[in-house]
Amino acid sequence: MSDGKRVGIVLVSHSAAVAASVAELAKGLVGGAAVPVAPAGGTEGGELGTSAELIAAAVASVNRGAGVAVLTDLGSAVLTVKALLAEGDELPEGTRLVDAPFVEGAVAAVVTAATGADLAAVEAAAAEAYDYRKV
Amino acid sequence: MLDADFFRRWMTAAAASVDREAERLTALDSAIGDADHGSNLQRGFAAVLATLDKEAPDTPGAVLTLAGRRLISTVGGASGPLYGTLLRRTGKALGEAAEVSEEQLAQALRAGVEGVRALGGAAPGDKTMIDALVPAVDALGDGFAAARSAAEGGAVATTPLRARKGRASYLGERSIGHQDPGATSSALLIAGLAEAAEGSGE
Repeated sequence: MSDGKRVGIVLVSHSAAVAASVAELAKGLVGGAAVPVAPAGGTEGGELGTSAELIAAAVASVNRGAGVAVLTDLGSAVLTVKALLAEGDELPEGTRLVDAPFVEGAVAAVVTAATGADLAAVEAAAAEAYDYRKV
Repeated sequence: MLDADFFRRWMTAAAASVDREAERLTALDSAIGDADHGSNLQRGFAAVLATLDKEAPDTPGAVLTLAGRRLISTVGGASGPLYGTLLRRTGKALGEAAEVSEEQLAQALRAGVEGVRALGGAAPGDKTMIDALVPAVDALGDGFAAARSAAEGGAVATTPLRARKGRASYLGERSIGHQDPGATSSALLIAGLAEAAEGSGE
């Protein structure tokens, strides 16, 4: 993005603590570069689960017009984002559910977004994290 | 013909049976899930009734679309987007007509079930709500009572299956021998349809 608009990243976990910590980890690894990252963890009541309202608010908060990559952990997190996208008008245009491992994908996405890369490049980097074998 | 009142009665009956059976749903979910199915659905259907009361939608399609939206927003677990999609797709398929025939409802519900299958990726035999919903929709041509029996039969028939979707799938073989909570709540939803029909003297 030559105009300096960064792709936004939203991290959806069943746990508010997990979402917030992974966001903190990913942001910490880009050394303070300005990437809009927002966690959307747990339910509005602070319990384990997924909140459509928290997700929509997080996406809105990181949307700079360059698209938003949404990474999720399991089950209802995946299904809720898909259902919101299917609704059509719940999330801004250019919002995409990215198929990636949660922690590694988040780091790859934030690092890539920090370079000013576009949404497709951010998505590809996050998805590639599936290929980093550890053993 | 079925009007908006019929669909409100359906949601009211579903909410009442979810309330009545919440402990049983949670007990089933504690065997192979994360033990929140009953309370999640209770919260969701309570929100549905409150919204229907406040916004008073006046067509069948609007009742179901609004109910579906509320379930997605409030349930907090996977059953929220799944049931939300079921009702919303069914509502959209019914369009803006003030009254719909039983046959139109059967077709719309089939579209709703297809929406659930597309969202969750589950097929019959995966030990999910699909195992109750598909037989119910297939039986709906023979009336609401037949659909209720088919859904209950489908839910019971999940017991010997091995889960291939959701948290239960992590259990592999150990998921065998437990009735699926999602198929069980789906049977309650379809039973609510039969209750709504009985309430109108059909």
